[in-house]
Amino acid sequence: MTFTAPVLEYALLAPILIVLAGALIGVLIEAFVASAIRPTAQLFVAIATIVIAFAQLVRVHGKSSATAAMGAVTFDGAGVLLQGSILIIALISFFLIADQDNFTAAAAAVPGSQEERESHQARIRTTEVFPLTLFAVAGMLLFPIASDLITLFVALEMLSLPLYLMAGLSRYRRLASQEAALKYFLLGAFSSAFFLFGAAFLYGYSSSLTFAGIQAAVTGGAGNDVFLLLGISLISIGLLFKVSAFPFHSWTPDVYQGAPTAITAFMAAATKVAAFGAILRLFYVALANAEWQWRPVMIVIAIATMVFGSLVAVAQRDAKRMLAYSSIAHAGFLLSGVIALSKSGLDASIFYLFVYGIATVGAFAIVTLVRDSAGEVTDLNRWSGLGKRSPIVASTFAFFLLAFAGIPMTSVFIGKFSAFSSAYQSGSVAIPIAGVLASAIAAFSYIRVIVLMFFKDPVEDGASVVIPSALTTTTIAATGAVTVILGIFPTPVINFIASTAYFLR
Amino acid sequence: MSPILILALLPLVGALLVAALPNENVVRIKQAALASTLLTAFFGIYITTQFVAADTAMQFVQKNKWIPSFAINFSLGVDGLALVLILMSVVLTPLVILAGWNESEGGRWSVKVFYILILVLETMIIGVFAATDLFLFYVLFEAILIPVYFLIGGYGTGERAAAAVKFLMYGLFGGLLMLAAVIGVYVISSGAGHASFDITELSGLHAVMSSTTQDFLFLGFFIAFAIKAPLWPLHTWLPDAAKAGSPGTSILLLGVLDKIGTFGMIRFCITIFPDASKTFTPMIIVFSVTSIIYGAFLAIRARDLKRLIAYTSISHFGFITLGIFSMTSQGQSGATFYMFNHGFSTAALLMVGGWMIARRGSSTIADFGGLQRVTPVMAWMFFIAGMSSLALPGLASFVSEFLVLVGTYTRYPVAALIATLGIVLAALYILIPVQKALHGPTTPGNEDLPDLNLREKIAIAPVVAVIVAFGFYPSPLLNIINPASAHVIESAGFSDPAPTENAGK
Repeated sequence: MTFTAPVLEYALLAPILIVLAGALIGVLIEAFVASAIRPTAQLFVAIATIVIAFAQLVRVHGKSSATAAMGAVTFDGAGVLLQGSILIIALISFFLIADQDNFTAAAAAVPGSQEERESHQARIRTTEVFPLTLFAVAGMLLFPIASDLITLFVALEMLSLPLYLMAGLSRYRRLASQEAALKYFLLGAFSSAFFLFGAAFLYGYSSSLTFAGIQAAVTGGAGNDVFLLLGISLISIGLLFKVSAFPFHSWTPDVYQGAPTAITAFMAAATKVAAFGAILRLFYVALANAEWQWRPVMIVIAIATMVFGSLVAVAQRDAKRMLAYSSIAHAGFLLSGVIALSKSGLDASIFYLFVYGIATVGAFAIVTLVRDSAGEVTDLNRWSGLGKRSPIVASTFAFFLLAFAGIPMTSVFIGKFSAFSSAYQSGSVAIPIAGVLASAIAAFSYIRVIVLMFFKDPVEDGASVVIPSALTTTTIAATGAVTVILGIFPTPVINFIASTAYFLR
Repeated sequence: MSPILILALLPLVGALLVAALPNENVVRIKQAALASTLLTAFFGIYITTQFVAADTAMQFVQKNKWIPSFAINFSLGVDGLALVLILMSVVLTPLVILAGWNESEGGRWSVKVFYILILVLETMIIGVFAATDLFLFYVLFEAILIPVYFLIGGYGTGERAAAAVKFLMYGLFGGLLMLAAVIGVYVISSGAGHASFDITELSGLHAVMSSTTQDFLFLGFFIAFAIKAPLWPLHTWLPDAAKAGSPGTSILLLGVLDKIGTFGMIRFCITIFPDASKTFTPMIIVFSVTSIIYGAFLAIRARDLKRLIAYTSISHFGFITLGIFSMTSQGQSGATFYMFNHGFSTAALLMVGGWMIARRGSSTIADFGGLQRVTPVMAWMFFIAGMSSLALPGLASFVSEFLVLVGTYTRYPVAALIATLGIVLAALYILIPVQKALHGPTTPGNEDLPDLNLREKIAIAPVVAVIVAFGFYPSPLLNIINPASAHVIESAGFSDPAPTENAGK
């Protein structure tokens, strides 16, 4: 037996490799650079990494119809668009992360211990979060272009492990943050196990690990259907966990609430893009011909997810939890693009993922501004009357909420419209109907917050809005502008996606 | 640029102007708002004189591509129906501003915000009536809820926040149901080979729809419009919103915005789904007649002036819907003319009612009494407005009510007979408050109420002039309305039954 050295197309892999290199430089900075200038250096490296990676992505996008690394990844239009979305979201998330003295000084210290107090007094800043985020970004970039099950699993772990850590870094409410990290880790490990189990079954079914091989086996129809069904369902559990679809959502509210808000923003937006990217590729490429096996179940999951997320969001009293349930509901809406299994469904999903990610970062960015002396205030009751004291911040938040509610002239409305119509076009009439009803329910939870901010008088221990730094202001302004502009003039972006987005099979 | 687009943009330019003025200069802000709405009104009247009544095609057409990948156009145009409603809206808006000169003060936010909201609202109103693209109509139909929501919640009285939320939730629920139907129409039109949102092209779509599909899509539209209009049993939001809103907001809400519902029934329900309209007509006739009678009884029982006016509107909307679904050209013309007249008579009632409430500091009818002696001009104006509401011969509303009943009688004699009862009840619900508030001994506390000042006289004069003038000489408007109504009936495949002496026997 001879060993063939794998051929790696470095040019095509460049964006991922650059991000990894940036992360490694970040680690070196942690080790060798004086702590005073560390935050600045880290921020500079992180942003430069993302920008260079994006430039590389733009460069390779022309040649984007090739498999690379022995077929382990596929570069195609859809993959490039998703990677681009992830990089843009990562960039604006870094602005938020840089701004925070929100990270604990000593993550390993026992909450409330002497060690923790000392490290706080020493004004140690946690800058490890920058390389950690870059590692996660690298995993996310790999996730939607992976085209065999092993690479997919590696990417899944690569993006998840840093996130588990980052969830536990909050400076305030250390216990809740550590609980969030532990919960995310345990449930995440559990779902990874499901994923691997499913991958094994799919291998057993098709005797191939690549998507192309699985697709060929499904088309041939010679394999054992029980293996196929088990494989699809177990692997779906692993992936649906990451996008927090019902009934695999239970980690979401706790983790969103416990994690530092900047991390929550990054996690909620970028993970969703990456994980939906992987789901889209898996179902559009490998399992497209097995649609009768997965589609009915997926429709049920989508409807259950949107209805559940919307209903429970109504009962929330905490801004971050409310946004978490809203993100669950949106996972349901996004699944309708997967169910459509058509070119228009793919276009709709990519557009929706991008605009939803942007709006999510914007909404969480505003949550970081609402504070009192003990850190962020996420209890919605204490937000009451916010519109009176900080009209601009409150109006912007209201705008993001209206966008989530799917009010026209916002980008999320266009996304929702295109996703629902693509599902309807493929014959799933139940999706748009359940979708609009769920939207109506969800709207109530958003409007409740608007009422609190604008129509209620401030309470005594109410929160106040800190003056945002230049970076946070940039993030909020940019996300708000994108949400308006793509709501009114989406055509260039829609056309670009329509002409670029396709999967190489 | 089409004159209609210019007309729609004028208030928006006014809003920008108002926004540019300094916050403290309250008088200048009011003057700017009044000037821009006056300009809009005069330009609207000018456009009406340029309209060719005999031509049933859309006129002053403006068509630009908006989102080509979904076949969405930014297209405006008016026929007789739309023109009359736009004329009503643009004439009423400056009068609303003049009549409620001081109602912007003492709100939750500044005077400036009030006028910006009003002006943006006017742009959206013109747009929603002039939209000839279903998607554009939907976008404005939903977006219009937002300024009204803030107008009620920010500048209203009493339980304004709750009323605003109720208004918004009803509106959103209806709008989202309509969204599902809009998606359905789009998918079916693209399935038929030519995706389109153009209402002229959609009017041929019923040929390719199964009757079940048509029924469901019709309901999606109709429920949204019946909430907006509002029709029994979907009316409960209206009295609360009308009571909580400032008089000016309530005029725009009852007089103008609710017409979007009845306008939509003609423009979309009947035109796109003629067969389903036929199927549901008996049911809708029953709901209409119920609205007429039920609204009238509620009005008779009402103790509060603003609620009373809201209930009379429910009764009147019953008449309008009855006229629309009588499917005769007389009924349709009557309904359209009714919409116009209802706008003005409701405006008159609410203007005078608003002044009475502002002077007395109470909206309970029992608190008034003997106003005829104390404030003769105000009392006379209230009387004329009341007479217009009960459709006294010689006033414009009589003509339209008569047309509706005649048009209905030729096809649904029983419904017409029951509806006639509504006229008797109207006499009760108007004459009771007239007697209680205007006549009898002067209630203690009313002795020193001031009569109308010059500004108020100028505001009410055009309204009364319109009511009286079109009562004696309705043909200028009917000449515009009749060809449009005949066209709707004809293109939906209905024909007027020949009146016979035996009808109804």
